[in-house]
Amino acid sequence: MDFGFCLSPSSHVKMDSVDLTTFNRLKETNPDVNTCIACGSCTATCTAGNFTEMSFRRILLMLQRSKEEEAKKMIQRCMLCGKCTLVCPRGINIRKILLDITR
Amino acid sequence: MIVEGKQKIWADYQKDIPDDHYFYVRSCIRQSFWPASEVTFLDIVRNKLGKDFYENEYHTTCGGIAYHSDSIPQETAMTIIARQFALMHESGYENYVCSCITSFGLYTETLETWHEFPELEAKIRQYLWDSCKKEFAKPKYLAHASDMIYKFRFDIAKQMKFPLVNVKTGKPLKVVEHIGCHYSKMFPSKGFGGAEYPHVLVGMIEAWGGEVVDYPERRHCCGFGFRQYFVQGNRGYSESNTYKKFESMEPYEPDLIITNCPGCPYFLDRWQYVIAEQTGKTYGKNGYGIPALTYEEVAGLVMGYDPWDLGLQMHQVAIEPLLEKMGIPYDPKKKYQGVNGKDLGQPQCPSCIKSV
Amino acid sequence: MKENIIIIGGGAAGMEAATQLQKLGLTPVIIEKSNALGGHIAQWDKLFPAFHNAKDVVSKMFDNVKDIKTYLNTEVTDIQRNADGFHAVLSNGEAIDGKAVVLATGFDLFKAERKQEYGYGIYNNVITSLELEKFFRTRKDERINNPKKIGFVHCVGARDVKVGNTYCSKVCCTTALKQACEMKEVFPEAEVYTFYMDLRMFGPGYEDLYLKTQKDYDVKCIRGRVCEVSEDMDGRLVIKAEDTLFGKPLRMTLDLLVLMCSMEKNKSIDKIQQQLGVENNSDGFMQNRDMYLGMNDSKQEGVFVAGTCTAPKSLPDTIGEARSVAVEVFNYVNNK
Repeated sequence: MDFGFCLSPSSHVKMDSVDLTTFNRLKETNPDVNTCIACGSCTATCTAGNFTEMSFRRILLMLQRSKEEEAKKMIQRCMLCGKCTLVCPRGINIRKILLDITR
Repeated sequence: MIVEGKQKIWADYQKDIPDDHYFYVRSCIRQSFWPASEVTFLDIVRNKLGKDFYENEYHTTCGGIAYHSDSIPQETAMTIIARQFALMHESGYENYVCSCITSFGLYTETLETWHEFPELEAKIRQYLWDSCKKEFAKPKYLAHASDMIYKFRFDIAKQMKFPLVNVKTGKPLKVVEHIGCHYSKMFPSKGFGGAEYPHVLVGMIEAWGGEVVDYPERRHCCGFGFRQYFVQGNRGYSESNTYKKFESMEPYEPDLIITNCPGCPYFLDRWQYVIAEQTGKTYGKNGYGIPALTYEEVAGLVMGYDPWDLGLQMHQVAIEPLLEKMGIPYDPKKKYQGVNGKDLGQPQCPSCIKSV
Repeated sequence: MKENIIIIGGGAAGMEAATQLQKLGLTPVIIEKSNALGGHIAQWDKLFPAFHNAKDVVSKMFDNVKDIKTYLNTEVTDIQRNADGFHAVLSNGEAIDGKAVVLATGFDLFKAERKQEYGYGIYNNVITSLELEKFFRTRKDERINNPKKIGFVHCVGARDVKVGNTYCSKVCCTTALKQACEMKEVFPEAEVYTFYMDLRMFGPGYEDLYLKTQKDYDVKCIRGRVCEVSEDMDGRLVIKAEDTLFGKPLRMTLDLLVLMCSMEKNKSIDKIQQQLGVENNSDGFMQNRDMYLGMNDSKQEGVFVAGTCTAPKSLPDTIGEARSVAVEVFNYVNNK
């Protein structure tokens, strides 16, 4: 029967069932993925981030919140210019991590 | 779960509530959703408990639906309320009790607003005089009707014929309690037990022999939310909230849901049908749903009222499995007969949730 | 002649103030309401940021005050100002006179059950930061049963208008990270989450602790306040919070939830404080004369304040204040 409406999928993150395989693999070779303090410097300066939704800070979160496909799609915006790595106050090797995620 | 912790909170949120002489006002939507609930309430307090509860045929809606869906301004809602208070005053009563949670929330909000902004109260006084030539007095005490049943729960237990116990197993029924948001979420101190662990329905369940189910989404809203429901395209939000609650309570296998709001039992009942149609899923045993009843209906059942006189045929979810669990006799033939014995005809039965 | 200085409170501030006053040639007398000196810090296992044993610090402080006259299990029941200073009546029936009074009455831990939504005292596996510290000391707490998932809630009773505490309690952020690391040491397989609003790493070595918490201990810091806790069928805790950096609400099941309770002023001193005419500030702590140059003076002559009776403070802050109050008292007595 068509009621003219339907159940909305819940938007909350189900932390109990998050798949961390990719993030954990990344962490083995790049322990600094854990050290992001979400300052936003990477996004503010990002060549792509000023025209698209590209945000490295969010990519790291997406990998930990069941949004891996979206993260991989977002990475395609990256131009590998390296400015993010230059500005990161925690010294995270962002350019390398972005390459490692898609590998 | 440490019950003593809850008991401490319950002791902190008690109200000193007068036990007699109330001006009673009905709920506009409860009268059509669950027509026997208010009749049963008045019968219990007046004839079974011997109290003075007066109602006046001139009272109207409180305006809560229109106020909450933004079709009237607050001043209009307050003037409607002022008129109800005037009727109470003219009838010689000082204690006011309402059947509806939305009304209770709105009355409380209005009284608190007048307390903070006396100039607004003066303005409403003038509006009421200009429009109706009436003067009002604020109630000395404002109660919700579930507060009354809570207060009299042990007196009701004394007259109990069918406790909330499964007669086949001898075990207490597992009962989910669901409180209307506007009972205590806006003003926690106005509700028995406060907002996080309300005691108003828990007290009834325990006094009548049932076992309370406390499940993770207990505090979640049923999803009625006026604007979510009134616009057809938004109803998915309303249904989804109810769905979230049922998914969370399902593992506890509740026998019954008891509510104190007009909207909650309606949506907890009807959405079970919609969810069943859309997903094929039902939450009771053997393709049935979980009955969602009003507190008056539950009080009536335990006191031995006839299920059909209580209007339980108005629920989408079939009540019969619960009646059998409680050992309450009923005549299936009378389910769809009017009070005059006339056959009202059978409703169309849904395909995915059992209705008989 | 040696001058009596009445010190109310035998915690870190009271002990350290007494030690310094004695070195300055005065006669401090410590009045402590409980049965032992040491205050809250004596209940602590390790200190942030570098995991020093609290016991090492506290036992040195005990050693420093061993020759100082101390009343235990004793409260001041009445205090009056007279021409020579102050006359205090004690709960043991004795009375003492002093030239000056130092209020070093410390703090009370916020009663976690007041935040009803967290279910402390209702759900078995919700504990406080103090109880966790006791577990680290004793390794005994039946609620801590090899937890696989552990959460810490920051700012419980702090930065919260609803409970009347709008202030930051200062030390809870660093304590949470310290305790999160220690839980990882005890339960290496556990996932540990902290729920914070801002991480306030204000002292030397604190930011290093934060980095270590993330990198070496793999503790996940989620920016968002837990708003509701409930229990599932297995008695595990279900929490709701928003991951505000991700912009979505989240739900998570935990085996243990630790509430980082804030500091509130110790209210058992209210009557004496009133007799001395010392007011409270807007946070409910004692008001000092001036935030910069008069932080150890109350507005009443001869009445001094030190430690967490004026605001939440770390142990180094408290010790610093205790030392400076000694100088203030010394100057006051000598210039009188």
